[in-house]
Amino acid sequence: MKKFLAKSYLYILLLVLYAPIAIIILFSFTNSKTIGDWRGFSLDLYANLLSGQAAHSATITQAVINTLVIALIAAAISMLLGSIAAVGIFNIRNRKVRKAIQFANNIPMINPDIITGISLFLLFVSLGISGGYVTVVLAHIAFCTPYVVLSVMPRLTRMNPNIYEAALDLGATPLQAFNKVIIPEIKPGMVSGFILSFTLSIDDFAVTLFTKGSNGLETLSTYIYADARKGGLTPELRCLAAIIFLTVLILLIIINRRSSRFNKEQ
Amino acid sequence: MSLSKLVQKRSNWVAPYVLFLVLFVVLPLLLIAVYAFRNPAGQFTLQNFVKFATQSEAMNTFIYSVGIAIITTLLCILLGYPAAYILADSKLNRSKSLVLLFILPMWINVLMRSLATVALFDFLHLPLGEGALIFGLVYDFLPFMIYPIYNSIQKIDKSYIEAAHDLGATTRQVFTRVIWPLSVPGIISGIMMVFLPTISTFAISEILTLNNKRLFGSIIQDNMMMSDTMNYGAALSLIMLIIIAITSAVSGDDSDLSEGGSLL
Repeated sequence: MKKFLAKSYLYILLLVLYAPIAIIILFSFTNSKTIGDWRGFSLDLYANLLSGQAAHSATITQAVINTLVIALIAAAISMLLGSIAAVGIFNIRNRKVRKAIQFANNIPMINPDIITGISLFLLFVSLGISGGYVTVVLAHIAFCTPYVVLSVMPRLTRMNPNIYEAALDLGATPLQAFNKVIIPEIKPGMVSGFILSFTLSIDDFAVTLFTKGSNGLETLSTYIYADARKGGLTPELRCLAAIIFLTVLILLIIINRRSSRFNKEQ
Repeated sequence: MSLSKLVQKRSNWVAPYVLFLVLFVVLPLLLIAVYAFRNPAGQFTLQNFVKFATQSEAMNTFIYSVGIAIITTLLCILLGYPAAYILADSKLNRSKSLVLLFILPMWINVLMRSLATVALFDFLHLPLGEGALIFGLVYDFLPFMIYPIYNSIQKIDKSYIEAAHDLGATTRQVFTRVIWPLSVPGIISGIMMVFLPTISTFAISEILTLNNKRLFGSIIQDNMMMSDTMNYGAALSLIMLIIIAITSAVSGDDSDLSEGGSLL
């Protein structure tokens, strides 16, 4: 009985948590101007979106492309920067230096998005760099890299440090030893870090808003924001919201599978 | 020292990232402070802070935001604690996927979740306004309360609970004397992750209340977006940043936040 009540509470809460998302997804499959007005199942909105017949279709397509390009570049650079940094941090013997770097690494994760966004906005303003692709990508690298560091670190901790030394003793150059010994060990962490960064980047709204500048660069989130601000969401955007929700959820489930497999191995 | 020598020492590999952190994390935060103490002409001034203290709009919004944030935080604890407790209790729940389902919405951005809330209210023909704002905020931040509490309850050494039972404690006493005190750090992390972000929330209060109510974050955003009030916006951000620094110092560590990163 107690178990039944407890489980019911969880399921009711989950129902409420997922209801709004479910409603957006549901109403992306009907051809109506407003949510709540069900006009029968239809794929019209998706068709409009894909065929370019929706209002502002070109802008929406451009926003999708921008979002993906920014996410790919930011995730790739974060993965490289973060992995190299993790190897460095792991090999720092001075505890104080190590703590200081780890603290700085935590800052972007603790700060609310708006503070990260504003601080970078001020940086670009004072350097006289106008907002655009470059500033958005740099900003995304800033908040993604800490997560790469965090997903690579546990792999290094688990690694047997003697193998690298052994490779050097057996005549490998440091570069060879790195490629053959360290990379294979940390690769799963790098991949998780990449997927995580990609997800965070697609999903970001606040930081992008402050760093995109005024030259008309829009990502999906900022476009949806501008659209919602004008009053009511363009119906086709429900499809996009549905697609983003599902993409993010699937990516997160993949990352989680990977990390729980890693935990089991340990 | 030659370049290859520098590369050989692996602790040096951290150098590019340290440079990046200084330039894109530390320096920008310092710039907030620099701008906050300047007027648009670039001279030192305290005027921005005087304006915050004396001008009613920002101050009123700030107080209103704190009020809304307190309500949101309390509701999150009230709804989230039982959920976290059930999730962490191996007698009541063994499913890890259920935990994951509660945590996943954390990673969908606040804007999208607020638009989804608007959709829910439209669907149920409920009016938007203060009620929608509080519902939306609780909906947005509940996972951030559940997760740290779940973590702290899960970490409790089960032998403490068994020991309490063996020594004759009732289930109720076990809860009030053992589980609750040990889960307090989780509640504190949860408060950190709900209370502060609620105050600094922007964009979503407009969407959920049809532009009727605004939170502190919106005031910061408005001022930041115009070059003649940018310094005032920076001062408001600095106030926010100081509150964050004080609360993180008071609440001890930030381990739960970084664990949030490694969980997924």
